[in-house]
Amino acid sequence: MGRFVKGDIGGAGCCGAPPAERKRVGAGHWPLLLLAAAAWWLLYRHLAGIAGFLTYGALRLTRGARLGASVEFFLFEVPKVLMLLTLIVFGVGIIRSFFTPERTRRILAGRRESVGNVLAALLGVVTPFCSCSAVPLFLGFVEAGIPLGVTFSFLVAAPMVNEVALVLLFGMFGWKVAGLYLATGLLVAMAAGWIIGRLHLERHVEEWVYQVRMGAGAEESGPLTRTERLARGREAVREVVGRVWPYVVAGIAVGAGIHGYVPEGLMASFMGKSAWWAVPAAVALGVPMYSNAAGIVPVVQALMEKGAALGTALAFMMSVIALSLPEMIILRRVLKPRLIATFVAVVATGILLVGWVFNAVL
Amino acid sequence: MKVQVLGTGCAKCKQLLANAEQAVREAGAPAEVEKVEDIQAILKFGVMTTPALAIDGKVKASGRVLSPQEIRKLLTV
Repeated sequence: MGRFVKGDIGGAGCCGAPPAERKRVGAGHWPLLLLAAAAWWLLYRHLAGIAGFLTYGALRLTRGARLGASVEFFLFEVPKVLMLLTLIVFGVGIIRSFFTPERTRRILAGRRESVGNVLAALLGVVTPFCSCSAVPLFLGFVEAGIPLGVTFSFLVAAPMVNEVALVLLFGMFGWKVAGLYLATGLLVAMAAGWIIGRLHLERHVEEWVYQVRMGAGAEESGPLTRTERLARGREAVREVVGRVWPYVVAGIAVGAGIHGYVPEGLMASFMGKSAWWAVPAAVALGVPMYSNAAGIVPVVQALMEKGAALGTALAFMMSVIALSLPEMIILRRVLKPRLIATFVAVVATGILLVGWVFNAVL
Repeated sequence: MKVQVLGTGCAKCKQLLANAEQAVREAGAPAEVEKVEDIQAILKFGVMTTPALAIDGKVKASGRVLSPQEIRKLLTV
Protein backbone atom coordinates (compact mmCIF):
# COMPACT_ATOMS: atom_id res chain seq x y z
CA MET A 1 0.00 0.00 0.00
CA GLY A 2 1.16 3.50 -0.74
CA ARG A 3 2.49 5.87 1.82
CA PHE A 4 -0.21 7.86 3.51
CA VAL A 5 0.20 11.56 3.76
CA LYS A 6 -1.21 13.11 6.86
CA GLY A 7 -2.05 16.69 7.49
CA ASP A 8 -2.78 19.65 5.32
CA ILE A 9 -1.13 20.33 2.03
CA GLY A 10 -0.76 24.06 2.31
CA GLY A 11 -2.94 27.08 2.39
CA ALA A 12 -3.21 28.14 -1.23
CA GLY A 13 -5.33 25.27 -2.54
CA CYS A 14 -8.96 24.38 -2.06
CA CYS A 15 -8.04 22.08 0.81
CA GLY A 16 -7.77 24.96 3.26
CA ALA A 17 -10.38 25.40 5.94
CA PRO A 18 -13.36 27.40 4.71
CA PRO A 19 -14.06 30.72 6.37
CA ALA A 20 -16.49 30.68 9.25
CA GLU A 21 -20.17 30.51 8.49
CA ARG A 22 -21.93 33.85 8.56
CA LYS A 23 -25.58 34.55 9.19
CA ARG A 24 -27.51 33.90 6.02
CA VAL A 25 -29.77 36.47 4.48
CA GLY A 26 -33.08 34.88 3.54
CA ALA A 27 -32.61 33.25 0.14
CA GLY A 28 -34.83 33.32 -2.92
CA HIS A 29 -35.24 37.08 -3.00
CA TRP A 30 -35.28 37.80 -6.69
CA PRO A 31 -35.70 41.60 -6.36
CA LEU A 32 -32.68 41.63 -4.08
CA LEU A 33 -30.69 39.63 -6.61
CA LEU A 34 -31.64 41.98 -9.44
CA LEU A 35 -30.79 45.00 -7.33
CA ALA A 36 -27.38 43.50 -6.53
CA ALA A 37 -26.77 42.83 -10.24
CA ALA A 38 -27.70 46.40 -11.16
CA ALA A 39 -25.46 47.85 -8.45
CA TRP A 40 -22.65 45.57 -9.59
CA TRP A 41 -22.94 46.72 -13.20
CA LEU A 42 -23.15 50.41 -12.30
CA LEU A 43 -20.10 50.25 -10.05
CA TYR A 44 -18.14 48.11 -12.52
CA ARG A 45 -18.66 50.58 -15.36
CA HIS A 46 -17.37 53.50 -13.30
CA LEU A 47 -14.30 51.84 -11.77
CA ALA A 48 -11.84 53.58 -14.11
CA GLY A 49 -13.31 56.99 -13.28
CA ILE A 50 -13.27 56.29 -9.56
CA ALA A 51 -9.66 55.07 -9.66
CA GLY A 52 -8.62 58.15 -11.62
CA PHE A 53 -10.42 60.47 -9.24
CA LEU A 54 -8.90 58.81 -6.15
CA THR A 55 -5.38 58.88 -7.61
CA TYR A 56 -5.25 62.36 -9.07
CA GLY A 57 -8.06 64.08 -7.16
CA ALA A 58 -8.06 62.71 -3.63
CA LEU A 59 -4.37 61.73 -3.38
CA ARG A 60 -3.17 64.62 -5.60
CA LEU A 61 -0.58 62.56 -7.45
CA THR A 62 0.86 63.93 -10.69
CA ARG A 63 -0.63 62.62 -13.90
CA GLY A 64 1.96 60.78 -16.02
CA ALA A 65 4.40 60.25 -13.13
CA ARG A 66 5.51 56.75 -12.12
CA LEU A 67 3.89 56.67 -8.70
CA GLY A 68 0.60 57.95 -10.11
CA ALA A 69 0.59 55.29 -12.84
CA SER A 70 1.23 52.54 -10.29
CA VAL A 71 -1.40 53.74 -7.81
CA GLU A 72 -4.06 54.22 -10.50
CA PHE A 73 -3.34 50.73 -11.87
CA PHE A 74 -3.72 49.23 -8.40
CA LEU A 75 -6.90 51.14 -7.50
CA PHE A 76 -8.50 50.16 -10.79
CA GLU A 77 -7.44 46.52 -11.06
CA VAL A 78 -8.09 45.33 -7.49
CA PRO A 79 -11.82 46.15 -7.36
CA LYS A 80 -12.26 45.17 -11.00
CA VAL A 81 -10.79 41.69 -10.59
CA LEU A 82 -12.49 41.08 -7.24
CA MET A 83 -15.88 42.12 -8.66
CA LEU A 84 -15.47 39.88 -11.70
CA LEU A 85 -14.32 37.06 -9.46
CA THR A 86 -17.37 37.37 -7.20
CA LEU A 87 -19.75 37.35 -10.15
CA ILE A 88 -18.18 34.41 -11.97
CA VAL A 89 -17.56 32.29 -8.88
CA PHE A 90 -21.21 32.78 -7.91
CA GLY A 91 -22.32 31.66 -11.38
CA VAL A 92 -19.93 28.71 -11.43
CA GLY A 93 -21.10 27.67 -7.96
CA ILE A 94 -24.65 27.49 -9.30
CA ILE A 95 -23.60 25.59 -12.44
CA ARG A 96 -21.63 23.11 -10.32
CA SER A 97 -24.67 22.40 -8.18
CA PHE A 98 -26.00 20.53 -11.22
CA PHE A 99 -22.95 18.24 -11.33
CA THR A 100 -21.58 15.83 -8.75
CA PRO A 101 -18.57 13.52 -9.02
CA GLU A 102 -20.99 10.58 -8.68
CA ARG A 103 -22.97 11.78 -11.68
CA THR A 104 -19.82 12.41 -13.71
CA ARG A 105 -18.70 8.90 -12.89
CA ARG A 106 -21.97 7.49 -14.18
CA ILE A 107 -21.66 9.50 -17.41
CA LEU A 108 -18.08 8.37 -18.01
CA ALA A 109 -18.52 4.71 -17.11
CA GLY A 110 -18.56 2.52 -20.19
CA ARG A 111 -17.38 5.20 -22.62
CA ARG A 112 -14.93 4.42 -25.38
CA GLU A 113 -11.51 6.02 -25.01
CA SER A 114 -11.55 8.88 -27.51
CA VAL A 115 -15.09 10.04 -26.73
CA GLY A 116 -14.36 9.43 -23.07
CA ASN A 117 -11.28 11.71 -23.14
CA VAL A 118 -13.28 14.57 -24.64
CA LEU A 119 -16.18 14.12 -22.22
CA ALA A 120 -13.89 13.71 -19.21
CA ALA A 121 -12.04 16.96 -19.97
CA LEU A 122 -15.31 18.87 -20.39
CA LEU A 123 -16.79 17.37 -17.22
CA GLY A 124 -13.56 18.16 -15.39
CA VAL A 125 -14.38 21.84 -15.81
CA VAL A 126 -17.91 21.75 -14.38
CA THR A 127 -17.62 19.03 -11.73
CA PRO A 128 -16.77 20.30 -8.26
CA PHE A 129 -13.26 19.02 -7.58
CA CYS A 130 -10.56 19.63 -5.04
CA SER A 131 -7.11 18.07 -5.23
CA CYS A 132 -7.48 16.78 -1.67
CA SER A 133 -10.24 14.50 -3.00
CA ALA A 134 -8.08 13.30 -5.90
CA VAL A 135 -7.50 9.86 -4.34
CA PRO A 136 -11.10 8.83 -3.58
CA LEU A 137 -12.12 10.23 -6.95
CA PHE A 138 -9.43 8.25 -8.75
CA LEU A 139 -10.45 5.07 -6.91
CA GLY A 140 -14.10 5.68 -7.71
CA PHE A 141 -13.33 6.11 -11.41
CA VAL A 142 -11.16 2.98 -11.55
CA GLU A 143 -13.79 0.97 -9.70
CA ALA A 144 -16.43 2.02 -12.23
CA GLY A 145 -14.19 0.65 -15.00
CA ILE A 146 -13.40 4.05 -16.50
CA PRO A 147 -10.18 3.71 -18.56
CA LEU A 148 -6.99 5.11 -17.01
CA GLY A 149 -6.48 7.64 -19.84
CA VAL A 150 -10.03 8.98 -19.49
CA THR A 151 -9.52 9.37 -15.74
CA PHE A 152 -6.38 11.37 -16.44
CA SER A 153 -8.18 13.66 -18.87
CA PHE A 154 -10.47 14.52 -15.97
CA LEU A 155 -7.60 14.92 -13.50
CA VAL A 156 -5.75 17.30 -15.85
CA ALA A 157 -8.75 19.42 -16.86
CA ALA A 158 -10.24 19.81 -13.38
CA PRO A 159 -7.45 21.92 -11.89
CA MET A 160 -6.16 23.44 -15.15
CA VAL A 161 -9.32 25.06 -16.43
CA ASN A 162 -10.51 26.78 -13.29
CA GLU A 163 -12.74 29.78 -12.86
CA VAL A 164 -10.23 31.89 -10.95
CA ALA A 165 -7.65 31.65 -13.75
CA LEU A 166 -10.30 32.36 -16.37
CA VAL A 167 -11.60 35.43 -14.56
CA LEU A 168 -8.13 36.82 -14.07
CA LEU A 169 -7.19 36.23 -17.69
CA PHE A 170 -10.44 37.77 -18.86
CA GLY A 171 -10.08 40.77 -16.55
CA MET A 172 -6.45 41.50 -17.35
CA PHE A 173 -5.99 40.28 -20.94
CA GLY A 174 -9.50 40.24 -22.42
CA TRP A 175 -11.80 37.51 -23.65
CA LYS A 176 -9.53 36.33 -26.48
CA VAL A 177 -6.73 35.23 -24.20
CA ALA A 178 -9.21 33.75 -21.70
CA GLY A 179 -10.83 31.82 -24.56
CA LEU A 180 -7.46 30.61 -25.84
CA TYR A 181 -6.62 29.43 -22.36
CA LEU A 182 -9.90 27.53 -22.04
CA ALA A 183 -9.59 25.91 -25.46
CA THR A 184 -5.91 24.93 -25.22
CA GLY A 185 -6.34 23.79 -21.62
CA LEU A 186 -9.10 21.40 -22.68
CA LEU A 187 -7.05 20.27 -25.66
CA VAL A 188 -4.01 19.47 -23.50
CA ALA A 189 -6.24 17.53 -21.05
CA MET A 190 -7.87 15.51 -23.83
CA ALA A 191 -4.59 14.77 -25.62
CA ALA A 192 -2.60 13.99 -22.47
CA GLY A 193 -5.27 11.56 -21.26
CA TRP A 194 -5.46 9.91 -24.66
CA ILE A 195 -1.67 9.46 -24.82
CA ILE A 196 -1.53 8.05 -21.28
CA GLY A 197 -4.26 5.61 -22.31
CA ARG A 198 -2.23 4.53 -25.36
CA LEU A 199 0.84 3.88 -23.22
CA HIS A 200 -1.00 1.14 -21.27
CA LEU A 201 0.34 1.97 -17.85
CA GLU A 202 -2.30 0.12 -15.84
CA ARG A 203 0.33 -1.95 -14.05
CA HIS A 204 1.89 1.24 -12.67
CA VAL A 205 -1.18 1.84 -10.57
CA GLU A 206 -0.78 0.50 -7.02
CA GLU A 207 -2.19 -3.04 -6.86
CA TRP A 208 -4.56 -2.42 -3.94
CA VAL A 209 -6.45 0.09 -6.08
CA TYR A 210 -7.93 -2.74 -8.15
CA GLN A 211 -9.16 -4.54 -5.04
CA VAL A 212 -11.19 -1.60 -3.79
CA ARG A 213 -14.94 -2.11 -3.71
CA MET A 214 -17.02 0.95 -3.19
CA GLY A 215 -20.19 1.18 -1.16
CA ALA A 216 -23.52 2.56 -2.19
CA GLY A 217 -22.75 6.23 -1.55
CA ALA A 218 -25.08 8.99 -0.56
CA GLU A 219 -28.76 8.38 -0.90
CA GLU A 220 -30.23 10.33 -3.79
CA SER A 221 -31.93 13.27 -2.22
CA GLY A 222 -33.65 14.52 -5.37
CA PRO A 223 -32.82 17.68 -7.28
CA LEU A 224 -31.88 20.78 -5.31
CA THR A 225 -34.30 23.64 -5.06
CA ARG A 226 -33.57 27.02 -6.64
CA THR A 227 -32.94 28.46 -3.18
CA GLU A 228 -30.43 25.73 -2.44
CA ARG A 229 -28.59 26.36 -5.71
CA LEU A 230 -28.34 30.07 -4.93
CA ALA A 231 -27.00 29.10 -1.52
CA ARG A 232 -24.34 26.95 -3.23
CA GLY A 233 -23.36 29.97 -5.31
CA ARG A 234 -22.97 32.11 -2.20
CA GLU A 235 -21.06 29.32 -0.49
CA ALA A 236 -18.65 29.21 -3.43
CA VAL A 237 -18.12 32.97 -3.28
CA ARG A 238 -17.40 32.87 0.43
CA GLU A 239 -14.99 29.98 0.02
CA VAL A 240 -13.15 30.90 -3.19
CA VAL A 241 -13.09 34.69 -3.00
CA GLY A 242 -12.40 34.46 0.73
CA ARG A 243 -9.35 32.33 -0.04
CA VAL A 244 -7.81 34.03 -3.05
CA TRP A 245 -8.35 37.74 -2.42
CA PRO A 246 -5.04 38.27 -0.58
CA TYR A 247 -3.21 36.70 -3.54
CA VAL A 248 -5.09 38.94 -5.97
CA VAL A 249 -4.23 42.07 -3.99
CA ALA A 250 -0.57 41.06 -3.58
CA GLY A 251 -0.25 40.09 -7.25
CA ILE A 252 -1.76 43.34 -8.44
CA ALA A 253 0.46 45.31 -6.06
CA VAL A 254 3.58 43.73 -7.63
CA GLY A 255 2.05 44.19 -11.07
CA ALA A 256 1.37 47.85 -10.29
CA GLY A 257 5.01 48.32 -9.31
CA ILE A 258 6.17 46.77 -12.58
CA HIS A 259 3.60 48.81 -14.48
CA GLY A 260 4.93 52.10 -13.16
CA TYR A 261 8.63 51.45 -12.66
CA VAL A 262 9.97 48.83 -15.10
CA PRO A 263 11.07 50.39 -18.42
CA GLU A 264 9.28 49.45 -21.66
CA GLY A 265 10.79 46.56 -23.58
CA LEU A 266 12.99 45.29 -20.74
CA MET A 267 11.30 41.88 -20.78
CA ALA A 268 11.48 41.52 -24.57
CA SER A 269 15.07 40.29 -24.47
CA PHE A 270 14.50 37.32 -22.17
CA MET A 271 10.76 36.71 -22.15
CA GLY A 272 10.07 37.79 -25.73
CA LYS A 273 9.11 35.72 -28.75
CA SER A 274 12.66 35.38 -30.05
CA ALA A 275 13.86 33.60 -26.91
CA TRP A 276 12.85 29.97 -27.64
CA TRP A 277 14.08 28.76 -24.27
CA ALA A 278 11.76 31.13 -22.42
CA VAL A 279 8.83 28.68 -22.72
CA PRO A 280 10.62 25.64 -21.21
CA ALA A 281 12.05 27.91 -18.52
CA ALA A 282 8.56 29.18 -17.71
CA VAL A 283 7.20 25.60 -17.49
CA ALA A 284 10.11 24.43 -15.33
CA LEU A 285 9.51 27.36 -13.01
CA GLY A 286 5.74 26.87 -12.97
CA VAL A 287 5.46 23.15 -12.19
CA PRO A 288 6.65 23.23 -8.57
CA MET A 289 4.56 26.34 -7.83
CA TYR A 290 1.14 25.69 -6.43
CA SER A 291 -2.22 27.26 -7.08
CA ASN A 292 -1.19 30.86 -6.92
CA ALA A 293 -2.74 31.72 -10.26
CA ALA A 294 -4.59 34.50 -8.52
CA GLY A 295 -1.35 36.21 -7.63
CA ILE A 296 0.57 35.32 -10.77
CA VAL A 297 -1.71 36.58 -13.54
CA PRO A 298 -1.41 40.27 -12.61
CA VAL A 299 2.38 39.99 -12.47
CA VAL A 300 2.49 38.22 -15.83
CA GLN A 301 0.18 40.82 -17.33
CA ALA A 302 2.47 43.62 -16.22
CA LEU A 303 5.49 41.74 -17.60
CA MET A 304 3.77 41.31 -20.94
CA GLU A 305 3.19 45.02 -21.14
CA LYS A 306 6.95 45.35 -21.01
CA GLY A 307 7.54 42.96 -23.90
CA ALA A 308 7.09 39.39 -22.62
CA ALA A 309 5.35 37.06 -25.10
CA LEU A 310 1.83 35.68 -24.69
CA GLY A 311 2.74 32.03 -25.32
CA THR A 312 5.39 32.16 -22.61
CA ALA A 313 2.92 33.71 -20.19
CA LEU A 314 0.20 31.13 -20.96
CA ALA A 315 2.62 28.24 -20.57
CA PHE A 316 3.69 29.59 -17.21
CA MET A 317 0.09 29.95 -16.01
CA MET A 318 -0.85 26.46 -17.14
CA SER A 319 2.09 24.75 -15.52
CA VAL A 320 1.45 26.52 -12.23
CA ILE A 321 -2.17 25.42 -12.07
CA ALA A 322 -2.24 22.05 -13.81
CA LEU A 323 0.78 20.42 -12.22
CA SER A 324 1.54 20.84 -8.58
CA LEU A 325 3.85 19.10 -6.17
CA PRO A 326 1.23 18.57 -3.41
CA GLU A 327 -1.13 16.89 -5.87
CA MET A 328 1.66 14.55 -7.02
CA ILE A 329 2.33 13.62 -3.40
CA ILE A 330 -1.37 12.89 -2.88
CA LEU A 331 -1.56 10.82 -6.08
CA ARG A 332 1.50 8.81 -5.02
CA ARG A 333 -0.84 6.83 -2.77
CA VAL A 334 -2.50 5.29 -5.81
CA LEU A 335 0.10 5.68 -8.58
CA LYS A 336 3.61 4.29 -8.83
CA PRO A 337 6.41 6.81 -9.48
CA ARG A 338 6.76 5.86 -13.13
CA LEU A 339 3.13 6.71 -13.88
CA ILE A 340 3.38 10.01 -12.01
CA ALA A 341 6.54 10.87 -13.97
CA THR A 342 4.80 10.01 -17.25
CA PHE A 343 1.79 12.10 -16.26
CA VAL A 344 3.97 15.13 -15.50
CA ALA A 345 6.06 14.66 -18.65
CA VAL A 346 3.06 14.33 -20.99
CA VAL A 347 1.21 17.32 -19.55
CA ALA A 348 4.35 19.48 -19.42
CA THR A 349 5.09 18.64 -23.05
CA GLY A 350 1.56 19.65 -24.02
CA ILE A 351 1.93 22.97 -22.23
CA LEU A 352 5.31 23.51 -23.86
CA LEU A 353 3.77 23.03 -27.31
CA VAL A 354 0.96 25.46 -26.47
CA GLY A 355 3.53 28.08 -25.49
CA TRP A 356 5.62 27.64 -28.61
CA VAL A 357 2.65 27.57 -30.97
CA PHE A 358 1.27 30.82 -29.56
CA ASN A 359 4.61 32.55 -29.68
CA ALA A 360 4.96 31.48 -33.31
CA VAL A 361 1.42 32.31 -34.45
CA LEU A 362 0.53 35.49 -32.57
CA MET B 1 -26.97 7.51 17.02
CA LYS B 2 -23.60 7.52 15.34
CA VAL B 3 -22.24 10.49 13.44
CA GLN B 4 -19.22 9.80 11.26
CA VAL B 5 -17.05 12.39 9.59
CA LEU B 6 -15.20 10.90 6.61
CA GLY B 7 -12.01 12.60 5.54
CA THR B 8 -8.30 12.00 5.21
CA GLY B 9 -7.24 14.84 7.46
CA CYS B 10 -7.45 18.02 5.40
CA ALA B 11 -8.46 21.32 6.96
CA LYS B 12 -12.01 21.05 5.60
CA CYS B 13 -12.44 17.67 7.26
CA LYS B 14 -11.36 19.12 10.61
CA GLN B 15 -13.85 21.93 10.17
CA LEU B 16 -16.65 19.46 9.46
CA LEU B 17 -15.69 17.42 12.53
CA ALA B 18 -15.81 20.56 14.68
CA ASN B 19 -19.20 21.51 13.20
CA ALA B 20 -20.58 18.01 13.82
CA GLU B 21 -19.40 18.07 17.43
CA GLN B 22 -20.96 21.49 17.92
CA ALA B 23 -24.24 20.34 16.37
CA VAL B 24 -24.44 17.28 18.61
CA ARG B 25 -23.66 19.39 21.67
CA GLU B 26 -26.27 22.01 20.82
CA ALA B 27 -28.93 19.46 19.96
CA GLY B 28 -28.22 17.56 23.16
CA ALA B 29 -28.58 14.41 21.11
CA PRO B 30 -27.26 11.13 22.49
CA ALA B 31 -24.89 10.74 19.57
CA GLU B 32 -21.24 9.85 19.32
CA VAL B 33 -19.08 11.61 16.78
CA GLU B 34 -16.37 9.62 15.06
CA LYS B 35 -13.72 10.50 12.52
CA VAL B 36 -13.00 7.99 9.74
CA GLU B 37 -9.56 8.59 8.21
CA ASP B 38 -8.72 5.32 6.50
CA ILE B 39 -9.18 5.71 2.76
CA GLN B 40 -10.45 2.16 2.25
CA ALA B 41 -13.01 2.58 5.01
CA ILE B 42 -14.12 5.87 3.44
CA LEU B 43 -14.57 4.18 0.08
CA LYS B 44 -16.77 1.53 1.65
CA PHE B 45 -19.25 4.35 2.14
CA GLY B 46 -19.12 5.01 -1.61
CA VAL B 47 -17.82 8.53 -1.08
CA MET B 48 -15.70 10.12 -3.82
CA THR B 49 -15.33 13.59 -2.40
CA THR B 50 -14.22 14.37 1.11
CA PRO B 51 -15.20 15.59 3.61
CA ALA B 52 -18.40 13.61 3.95
CA LEU B 53 -20.87 13.11 6.76
CA ALA B 54 -22.62 9.85 7.58
CA ILE B 55 -25.30 9.28 10.19
CA ASP B 56 -25.92 5.71 11.36
CA GLY B 57 -23.88 4.42 8.43
CA LYS B 58 -25.76 6.38 5.78
CA VAL B 59 -23.98 9.12 3.82
CA LYS B 60 -25.87 12.40 4.13
CA ALA B 61 -23.53 14.77 2.34
CA SER B 62 -20.17 14.66 0.60
CA GLY B 63 -17.74 17.25 -0.70
CA ARG B 64 -19.14 20.01 1.46
CA VAL B 65 -18.55 21.42 4.90
CA LEU B 66 -22.02 21.45 6.40
CA SER B 67 -22.76 24.17 8.91
CA PRO B 68 -23.68 23.15 12.50
CA GLN B 69 -27.26 24.22 11.74
CA GLU B 70 -27.46 21.93 8.69
CA ILE B 71 -26.10 19.01 10.72
CA ARG B 72 -28.60 19.69 13.51
CA LYS B 73 -31.42 19.40 11.01
CA LEU B 74 -30.08 16.00 9.93
CA LEU B 75 -29.83 14.89 13.56
CA THR B 76 -33.43 15.68 14.41
CA VAL B 77 -35.00 13.99 11.37
